[in-house]
Amino acid sequence: MINPRFFVGIDLGTTHCVLSYLELRKDHSIEEADSVVLSIPQLIAPGEVGTKPQLPSFLYEAHNAELGPHERRLPWEAEPKAIVGELARQLGAKTPIRLVASAKSWLSHSGVDRRSALLPIQATEDVPKVSPLTATIEYLRHLRDAWNHELKDAVLSNQDLVITVPASFDPAARELTLEAAHSLGLHQAVLLEEPQAAFYSWIQSSHGQWRAQVKPGEVILVVDVGGGTTDLSLIAVSEDQGSLSLKRVAIGDHILLGGDNMDLALAYTLKNKLEAEGKRIEAWQIQALTHACRQAKESLLVEDGPDAVEIAVPNRGSSLIGGVIRTRLTRDEVDDILVNGFFPEVELSDLPKSLPRTGLTIVGLPYAQDPRITSHLAAFLTKQVRATEELDGFNSNPSLGFLKPDAILLNGGVFKSPALVRRIVAVVNRWSHQAAGQSVRLLSGADLDHSVARGAAYYGSVRKGHGVRIRGGIAAAYYVGVESAMPAVPGLQPPLEALCIAPFGMEEGTQAELPPFEFGVVVGEPVHFRFFVSKTRREDPVGTRLDSWTHDELEELEPIEVVLSADNHHQGQVIPVHLGAKVTEVGTLQLEAISKLDQHRWKVELNVRPQ
Amino acid sequence: MSVDVHLVPASLDLYHLILIGSLAAMVLLMFILTLLWLRQKGRIAELQVHSGGVKQPLDSSSQDASDKTVKAVRLSNPEGAMQLLGLLQNEARFVDFIQEEISVHADADIGAAARVVHEGCRKVIRGHFDLVPIRVEVENSRITLQEGFDPSANRITGHIVGQPPFSGTLIHKGWRVQRVDLPKVTDGHDLSIIAAAEIEL
Repeated sequence: MINPRFFVGIDLGTTHCVLSYLELRKDHSIEEADSVVLSIPQLIAPGEVGTKPQLPSFLYEAHNAELGPHERRLPWEAEPKAIVGELARQLGAKTPIRLVASAKSWLSHSGVDRRSALLPIQATEDVPKVSPLTATIEYLRHLRDAWNHELKDAVLSNQDLVITVPASFDPAARELTLEAAHSLGLHQAVLLEEPQAAFYSWIQSSHGQWRAQVKPGEVILVVDVGGGTTDLSLIAVSEDQGSLSLKRVAIGDHILLGGDNMDLALAYTLKNKLEAEGKRIEAWQIQALTHACRQAKESLLVEDGPDAVEIAVPNRGSSLIGGVIRTRLTRDEVDDILVNGFFPEVELSDLPKSLPRTGLTIVGLPYAQDPRITSHLAAFLTKQVRATEELDGFNSNPSLGFLKPDAILLNGGVFKSPALVRRIVAVVNRWSHQAAGQSVRLLSGADLDHSVARGAAYYGSVRKGHGVRIRGGIAAAYYVGVESAMPAVPGLQPPLEALCIAPFGMEEGTQAELPPFEFGVVVGEPVHFRFFVSKTRREDPVGTRLDSWTHDELEELEPIEVVLSADNHHQGQVIPVHLGAKVTEVGTLQLEAISKLDQHRWKVELNVRPQ
Repeated sequence: MSVDVHLVPASLDLYHLILIGSLAAMVLLMFILTLLWLRQKGRIAELQVHSGGVKQPLDSSSQDASDKTVKAVRLSNPEGAMQLLGLLQNEARFVDFIQEEISVHADADIGAAARVVHEGCRKVIRGHFDLVPIRVEVENSRITLQEGFDPSANRITGHIVGQPPFSGTLIHKGWRVQRVDLPKVTDGHDLSIIAAAEIEL
């Protein structure tokens, strides 16, 4: 790659994508540099191209009679393969059977084959379908082409590029994200976890003052509530040779619960209210109601805000007056549904509930069943009570029953509502006070909508040595399932052991030692291994074999697969192999089967078609 | 006919008056803006447009073919006007509202429609134009215009005699479009279609 002029960060969000960039110039330091959010050209109506700071993460499969050829034209392409962004969102609101939404959640859904064409999930038979991977590629392609169109003399493939993923993305989803970038010629792309990106953005926006706001021995909780997901991380601050160093010590589970759920909850409340008055609300009006609620909540959830906001939803015919459905959203309703519904004052012991599925959830995605974000937070902090135990200079106190953060950084558009900020801080404070601890500090100053992309661009420069880097490596340990040797008992599965192949905290660019355990693999035949992850077992070295574990400790991922190609071996030959792990420079986990005979290496596939 | 004013809640009346008043002001603003936009077209090259976060002067040749032929008297560009109408219709149902007979409807219904129109118009205006006041002084305060002031940006009225500097009362602070960022239109796109007919299958 020739010398990059820009550090580019891309936030491939569940509902919106954002691209930010930072120009490295000789005349000022990186801490003074300001990142810029790209205004992304996109179709905003048939035949009209406007710019927006966000690209809605939607793809629309238009029928060939639906739009004229000139109506889908982009400045850089006469016949784009896919309609993505604002126009896709608009068309999809009226024709949902052709709309691909939440592709990112599908990309991280281990229950489906992420390469198979399954979206739109609600499509009827003659609608062409795409895979979650293809949809991701299309969003990224639009961003790449938009960049290349706007900055013609600095093509994206020649710039430093960081793409963000949720901290809770599994190794397979991370690899697929990287594969999407590679398929577009963006081979230089590096991955970064979104809560870390938000933290980098906070560092950058403090213009060097962040060092005065945190102290060695402190733990910072990052709560990133996006459109579709809630992502949690803990970052520990220590001192290393007189300067502050940062380490990401824990990440949360993948929680499919975000700002869109909140807007939808308000919209359905208004729908019920209107229907109680005998008014009929059609499906397309929900969209308009949701949009109105998003705006209304921001004005209602401020101190001294109005008691109610009038909401008006027009009909579809050309007669506007008389056809408008009116209602009002009150402060009490918003308090009740959002503040008490999504951020209730819960006890630490009040863990998220698994409820029986209701008719409201869309078939397929594992949406969080408990909408209480504070409860998910309680579960995270109690589960991670030992997160700082191995670090010097931290008062790790497991008897508290939870990991008490010292400061909290909030990210995501929902925190534009001060009442939600106050509530989440109050809840964490109450837990802290119960443990005789001090109140948490709220770290502020970040751009809630764009900080992930901004932080990603900044991280690009940090990787080149222009700032403090958050360490931490992988925030999980990985295990493969091994059937233990025992005499066969009819009707009884042999007990399973979990063999650690990648320890917690492996840094980027490192390779784990090989576990002292070999598998016999038949050449030419696919062999599957059960695959497990633990976000709490920090102490297991490679080779640790667990014969029992709690449900909380180890979580099963989709199986991994190795096929020993017959290049140097005979078909049917049994080869003894070790399973080894490495974490690449760009932040993905790679597994290899290494022959004990001649050190030949085969890649172990993480993305396997579910059986 | 005698009307008991107490039958109608005064606050409700006031509320609707404000709604309708603001709506009228808004409609006026729209037309002024349209005119302003058309007048600006000729000197649009002076404006800076944001394109992809990178400031670059607007390429006037590709934007306005009429520039080449008409210089002395500017021909207003119907395409720009139609595009703005299309945006206002799309976001604010503006054309629907103006085309409708308003006198037969109750104030409450007009008020409800006005919310839709107001919110949408505001979104279009704020999204595509940066509007700044021409004068920063407080309205109704005394100000002085020095010699060489720009008469098209500062309209003097009333007792106009003598030579500048002029002293007078600032009646209206004025508005200027500082930045305009209208959507680009693809070749072959028919701007005369303000809103397509919609047929649900």
